[in-house]
Order: sequence, then structure tokens, then C-alpha cells
Amino acid sequence: MRSKIGIAFEKCKKEKRAALITYTVAGDNTKNNSLKILNAISKHADILELGFPHNTPIADGGQIQGSSYRALKNGIKLTDVFQIVKKFKRLNPNKPLIMMGYFNLIFQSGENRFLRNCKASGVDGLIIVDLPYPENKKFARKCKKKSIEFVQLLSPTTSNIRMKKIIKDSHEMIYYISMLSTTGGKLKVSPKKIIQNYEKIKRINNKKNIVIGFGITNKTISSLKKADGLVVGSQLCKKIANSLKNRLNAAKVLDKVVYNLKRKII
Amino acid sequence: MKIKRGIQLIDQHDRNFMYGGKFGGNFIPETLKKPIEDLTKLFAKLRKDRRFLKERDHYFKSYVGSPTPFIKLENLTDHLGGAQIYAKVVSEANGGAHKIYNATVHCLIAKRAGKKFIVGDTGAGYAGKMLSMAAKKFGLKCKIFMGAKDIQRQRPNVLAMKKNGATIVPVKTGSQTLVDAVSECMRYWVSNCDTTHMCVGSTVGPNIFIKICAWSTAQISRELYKQVKEEFGRIPKKMKLLNCVGGGSSAMGFWNEFMDTDVEFVGIEAGGPKNSKLHAAPLTNGSKVGILHGAAQYVIQDKEGQIGSTESISAGLDYPGISPLHCFLKDAKRARYTSVNDEDALKAYQLVSKLENISPSLEPSHAFYEAIRLAPKLKPSEVIIVNSCGDSIKDKDIIKQKLGTYIR
Repeated sequence: MRSKIGIAFEKCKKEKRAALITYTVAGDNTKNNSLKILNAISKHADILELGFPHNTPIADGGQIQGSSYRALKNGIKLTDVFQIVKKFKRLNPNKPLIMMGYFNLIFQSGENRFLRNCKASGVDGLIIVDLPYPENKKFARKCKKKSIEFVQLLSPTTSNIRMKKIIKDSHEMIYYISMLSTTGGKLKVSPKKIIQNYEKIKRINNKKNIVIGFGITNKTISSLKKADGLVVGSQLCKKIANSLKNRLNAAKVLDKVVYNLKRKII
Repeated sequence: MKIKRGIQLIDQHDRNFMYGGKFGGNFIPETLKKPIEDLTKLFAKLRKDRRFLKERDHYFKSYVGSPTPFIKLENLTDHLGGAQIYAKVVSEANGGAHKIYNATVHCLIAKRAGKKFIVGDTGAGYAGKMLSMAAKKFGLKCKIFMGAKDIQRQRPNVLAMKKNGATIVPVKTGSQTLVDAVSECMRYWVSNCDTTHMCVGSTVGPNIFIKICAWSTAQISRELYKQVKEEFGRIPKKMKLLNCVGGGSSAMGFWNEFMDTDVEFVGIEAGGPKNSKLHAAPLTNGSKVGILHGAAQYVIQDKEGQIGSTESISAGLDYPGISPLHCFLKDAKRARYTSVNDEDALKAYQLVSKLENISPSLEPSHAFYEAIRLAPKLKPSEVIIVNSCGDSIKDKDIIKQKLGTYIR
């Protein structure tokens, strides 16, 4: 059976466009609101990444830190995150959802228990920021057994030999970090250079779906639309923060923002 | 879990850089894999490079001021009765604390790596002060990440950093203390690892930083080993080495050369205020293993794995985690760990400063309190050595506020 993530990429390829992948934090700023946001943006996004917040995120910039802080302050727990996923999946059973976060939460929950909960709530994939290759091999295999996509990461510092190894052991989707930065940094590398690196990865294995993330906003997204997929995260978190500040309906605001992002890559 | 004899503790990890199969490792974002691998290779080479070792020894001697004094605290010993109390006065090192060893070595490595920028974290401000000093000496541009709360409470060290030309980045996220400073420093390195060398201020973080730091501070016990032999003619049978532990860098350095002897190691964590539930003592209070700043370790956290709040009067010990090396020593039962609260640390500062010519900062005052607690119960033939790894001058403001007067 094809995975929902695979089907989503296939559909985009048929439409000759990049997949739009969004990232928001579960529980930002409440359980209900984050669910509403997911429901609203899923109309336009092809794949949804949902962060499970950690209070010591070493790879995240200010915006995602802010989202995580708001969520944690409102008492979000891992069980709540799974509940949000479950509720979302009930309404959108075919929309792929990837959970993203730091390993300590999985470690404390226990790998097997965590994966059981992922399966039960309908999580399609996982991105674990601080569990790099090859340390992640064992866990990635466990994911595969449960038909959960383990998304490997590549970065501009990844050497060629390492890249080949990671790609060989990867599942369907790979996340390429566009530049040396935490999330939400300003794009400091030219889109041309990023696409060059992207193509280098594609040449190693053309079948993998390579998505690019970090530094992607409504301003930069169209210059990278050649990729299999593009991830927008910090900009959405920022829009949520602004909506809260200005007492606007965050779901409505995000609906519009994501709609506009989509238009730029069609 | 067992410690192997004849092998440096820092090298007793498995293929995944885990100690005892359980502590340490490299839980890092992909972007840092390469710079950490490069640094690991470079350090492995430099450790065997005679010229590099000569350079290190030269700077330890002429710049750090090695060896630091080893003295008997006659008055304190008489006052308490019982064990003979000694101090290794590491605070006599250039800059006033053990952090100078790690800072100097990191700058030497950065030079070898061809990096022009160096960044570091700091809690009490010593790691930052020393890094800024060494950076200035070796011609590197320096940036220090420090929690906004710590900037407030450790003013003298902040001023010193500024004087050395370092840029201080106040960290205003989370608790605004060391834990956030380390996170922010790592984030900065993720973004700038192509041009910048990172110095982690203690034996924490990804494995290579633990190694470099412990390898650097080991100078303390290399000196002490000789000094003890000179004083007693041998390593005394019943001897205890007492050291405060926050991240654990000074204790690692203080104990390293005695690893294969019968000397007893006691690590003293920060117990926090007497009437507070908060503390910074993950080993004493049975915290669970978790991942913090790239390494698995005993860490103060909630059930979910969110890192917990800490509280301590001493900024240098105010950290929710503890070096994986200390976790290893604890589980292998090579070292024993206990905690001392804020109030008792202050009492120890006061008593030692009153009776002796040294005046320990609030961090080693935790260890001195344990010495005060232990000594009367022991025989005069027994020896206690405390690592006086920092000077109280940096804590002048806090001490004045808590005790009314500051003596030194």
C-alpha cells in the first residue's frame, strides 16, 4: 500500500509543482486553536508538519521557540498532541501529517510506546531534530516496521560519502536544510546555490522526495519551486504570534497566508 | 557499570560515544555532525602532537600560572578537629578559576583549525571571562552568551569580559540562566559553524566538548598528584577529594589523575535554597536520564521530558544537567555525590574566609561545607582536599545582600 506521504508527492508531481509543507506547533496557543489552524491550512498544504514542543530546542530560532513556549505555557502534553492529530485525522483522513520534535520526549515516553501512540492517532511520519544518522538507524527501522516514515535530514555540511549513506538508508522523503542556520533564519544563501545542492542530492537517488526547509517565506518560496517540496514554518509561527497580539483569528489568518504561499508555487 | 583501569576516563566510551552504554553521545542536529567530526579528528591528532602539547604546557605555565598552590588550612583544621583539611587553590590561576584551562586549550585548537571567531557560554561568568581573556591573548574575536539573570548577579565577571573586548549576548529566553545560554550558544554555532569555533564552558554537550574540557582541566590533578606526594611522601591511604559539581569540569580535572588510586571522590551539587523545592542537584535527588544539550545524562526534568527549572545561589552550579562523565562515575560507584544548600554554602564561605587566607566563591563553598560537615567525624590521620576553584570576589554583591557584609 502506498503511504499517504508518497501519494501526496505523486499528486504534486502530476500537477507539476512542489508540495507545500507547513509547520506549526501543536498547542500553539491552545489545543483547540492549533487544531483549527491545522484544519484551515490543510485545504492548501499537501503535507502538514506538527511540532511537539520541547522547552530546550537547540536548533530552533525565535519564532518556533515562541510557539513552543506558548503551547507549553498552556500546559500541552504529548497525549494532547496525539489527541490533536487524532481529531485532525478524523476530518482529514488522507492528509499526511508528520510530527516533528526533539528526542528527549520520545526517550522519556519510550520509543515503542511513542510509536504505538503515533500509529493509533494516525501520524504518517516523524522528524527528530537531534537524532542524526547513524544514531537514528535503530529507531528508523522501528518506524518502518510500523509504516511510519522516518525523515532523514541533510544539510550543507553533510559530506558526499555521508549523504550517500543517509540516502541509501532513508525512506521516501528527505529533508534538506537549505543553509547553516536555526529555523527561521534569513535566507543567506542564494536560491540558485540551494537548488544546485538539491540537484546534487537528486542525482544520487532520483526516486526520493527531497524537500527544502529553513529560511523559506512568501518572499523566497517561488525561487525554490523546482524542489519536490518546500517547508514553511517560522513564518507561520510568526503570523500566529501576530494574530494573537492583534486579537485576530489565527486560523483565518493562516488560511490566507498558506493559500498565498501555495499560489506562489503553482 | 565499571571503570577501566589504565585508560583515560574520557576515552572509555563506545562507538556511539556513550559512557557505560548510557551517558553522553552526540544528540545533535545534522548541520553540526560535520563540524563536530572535524573537531573530533583534529583533537585526536593534537592530543598526540608533541608540539601542541609543548605549546599547551608552555601556556599553562607562563600564562595560566601553573602550578596553583596546594596549602594546608591549619586554622580550619584546628577549629573543626578531626581530618586534616587542605585546599588546592585553583582560584590562583590567571583569571581566578579553573575555567582558564579549557578556554586556553580551545583557543589553541581554534588557531590550529584556522578559525578567527570563538563563541562560548557562561553561567557564573568565569567561563566567559576566561574565554574572552584567552581570545584576546590569541587574537580571536570572541562572543559570549550569558543568561540575563546571570548578567545581573555576576557583574564583576561581566565587566571583565567587556574589558577584554568580548561581545556579550544577553539570553532572555527561558530561565535566563546557564541552561539557556548553552542552548543559545549552540544555536549560534549551528548558524556559524563554518567560520566559528565553539567552546562549551564545562564537561557537558556533545562528546568532543566533554573530552576537550576534561582533558584541559586534568592539569589540576596532574599538579596535585605531585604536590600530594611531596607533602606526604605518598598518596595517603585515607584521602578524600571534595569538589563542587555543576557541569562538572573542575571536579573532572581535580580527580582525573587519581582515578586508579584508592582516593575517595565526593562531588557536591547545589541543593538550592533551604525552603525551596528547586535545586540543581540531579545526581543527589535521583533525576532520570534524559537528553540535554546533545548528551544523555541525569537531568532535572518532568515526566514528559521537559527540562526542569533549577535554583541555586551560585550561578556556576545552576544547571539542570551534569556531565555524562559524572553520571558514569556515579553509576560505576567510583564517586559519591551529595548536595549542600544555599545557606550552608554561605556559612562555609564565611568560616573559611574568616579563618584562612583564601576566600572561596559560592561554588567551592558548597564543597567546603561538606568538608566542614565531614572533618569532625574523621580521624586526624585522614586527609580532605577541597578544590577551591573560584574566588569570592565575583560574588561580592550576592554575599553582601545575603550576609550584610563581605569579607575576603
